[in-house]
Amino acid sequence: MIEIANVSKIFTGRGAPFTALDDVSVTIRENEFFTLLGPSGCGKTTLLRVIAGFIDPTHGAVKLEGQDLVKLPPYRRPVNTVFQSYALFPHMTVAQNIAFGLEMLDKPSAEIKATVDQMLELVRMTPMADRKTSEISGGQQQRVALARALAPRPKVLLLDEPLSALDFKLRKDMQLELKRLQSETGITFVFVTHDQEEALTMSDRIAVMNAGDIRQIGGPRDIYDHPAERFVADFIGDTNFLEVELLATEGETARIRLPSGVETEVRAPRDGVAPGPVTLAVRPEHASLSGGDGAALPGTLANVVYFGTDTHFHVDLDGGARFVLRQQNQPGTAQGWSVGDAVTVTLAPGVGQVLRD
Amino acid sequence: MAKGFDIRRQTGFATIAMACFVILYLPIVLLVVYSFNAGTSVAIWEGFSWRWYVSAWDNDQVQAATVRSLVIAFWATLIATTCAVLAALATTRQGSFRGYTLIFAMINQPLMVPEIVTAVALLIFFAMIKVATGYTGLFYLIIAHSAFCLPFAYMPIRARLQGMDLSLEHAAMDLYGTPWRVFRRVTLPQLWPGILAGAMLAFVISLDDVVITEFVKSAGQDTLPTYMLGQLRRVVTPEVNAISTALLAISVVMVMGFFFLSRTKK
Repeated sequence: MIEIANVSKIFTGRGAPFTALDDVSVTIRENEFFTLLGPSGCGKTTLLRVIAGFIDPTHGAVKLEGQDLVKLPPYRRPVNTVFQSYALFPHMTVAQNIAFGLEMLDKPSAEIKATVDQMLELVRMTPMADRKTSEISGGQQQRVALARALAPRPKVLLLDEPLSALDFKLRKDMQLELKRLQSETGITFVFVTHDQEEALTMSDRIAVMNAGDIRQIGGPRDIYDHPAERFVADFIGDTNFLEVELLATEGETARIRLPSGVETEVRAPRDGVAPGPVTLAVRPEHASLSGGDGAALPGTLANVVYFGTDTHFHVDLDGGARFVLRQQNQPGTAQGWSVGDAVTVTLAPGVGQVLRD
Repeated sequence: MAKGFDIRRQTGFATIAMACFVILYLPIVLLVVYSFNAGTSVAIWEGFSWRWYVSAWDNDQVQAATVRSLVIAFWATLIATTCAVLAALATTRQGSFRGYTLIFAMINQPLMVPEIVTAVALLIFFAMIKVATGYTGLFYLIIAHSAFCLPFAYMPIRARLQGMDLSLEHAAMDLYGTPWRVFRRVTLPQLWPGILAGAMLAFVISLDDVVITEFVKSAGQDTLPTYMLGQLRRVVTPEVNAISTALLAISVVMVMGFFFLSRTKK
């Protein structure tokens, strides 16, 4: 278990001081695949480096199983890192790279050999053991970097955008591979990425970061379906934002009035928002054009974009807002609407999340 | 840059380039050619012969000066390269610190201060020590050579360190490597080409020095270059050409070695 308590990092250079981390607190559980997700410059890599020990926090504590890591140099912390550039040692073979951490821990050579073999097996690189790292492909280098960091059996594995250098197909494979390694080894993974899809597919929990702060922590479904604020809703997936009036909240349900005057029930933010003008977030695939139960938003179909698996309908709502809907395509059926048609966007009860901003 | 300014297309470029090469290398070619002259003149060709090489080889003074030059160059290279490695590590791996520019300028001082000034300063300084201690050995020359060889050794080592991926050292540290072990296992193996290149450059610079050596040396401490300078004041024979050619050969080998080592492997 890693406890990050009130960690701040302010970089003071020649220019103005820059706050990379602003009083961040988070607890990462044992055996968890935990993802730090955010745009570049949000502080996610800084936080990872604070845990690894390459950056000293200006304030705050980082505790691993109760032990404060901040005072320890990187080589005394039981955490290992997979670097974005892999940082494999070019003057060593694949096997020597994997053995490095164990040698630094002065393990007996029989144990080192056994662990290296086991790690080679784990990442399916046994036939490449004696190759130089420059003689293997990018995906293979990625596996070696993983094996090297896993070999000393760290309590926590830190991964700094490890998939960003791989091509699309390889990245898909490695996402599954990482998930498999995490469950097989039972090691806590802290994974940094700016790719929301990567975060959603692999993580047990995600911390969405922006401007040096964690904006929301939750499971992938929770983060996607119930974003707490505009930044999170906007950063993860596509979202329609509607200006509505909040009438009352009761538990997880909020009663709102849409611009068309229709009243409906949607999800309330967790930390309570006073009645008045608020923003409602609706995922494009959660609304419907085919009518049915719920609040109706009349408008005009402005554009239809075909995407293969689904079709996007751009609707100009009466009152000016643009609403985008997404419907999955079924074989052999046309959608049945054309540009210029008067249509009705329907929000079924419970669809839509009031944001706290 | 496809259609940009191309120096090679400018009028007169080829002529000027050729002229520069001729001025640079023709005298050296002549020096080498006349080192094989059978006669005693450095200007009149009398046929091919190895006699001046044999004569230089058999010359006790040349032998002594050669050994002295090599001994000084060896120790000066060792000291200068060691200091250069430490200096390069300190100026590339510590982040920026107060006085960085000053330190950098001081390391490279021998490149900027006129050599004659360094020579006179060392002459006076060492004279004081000689008076105080009575020691007059080769040590003074070794120290002096170490000092002016330092920046030459420093430059390629620093360049190599700056070109190295810092994340490798981070990775080694992350994998439980203490600073010393990280240096030995990760930094040093990659730094070797830079160190060797720096050492070779320092060796050649030391071997070649006249001005500072001339001022610092005690009686009977001629190095090869100062011996040749002394010879020129008397009779000039192709023996000087022969020694020069031998020195030239060593330098060319060293510089080629430097060139190959400082190329980054792809």
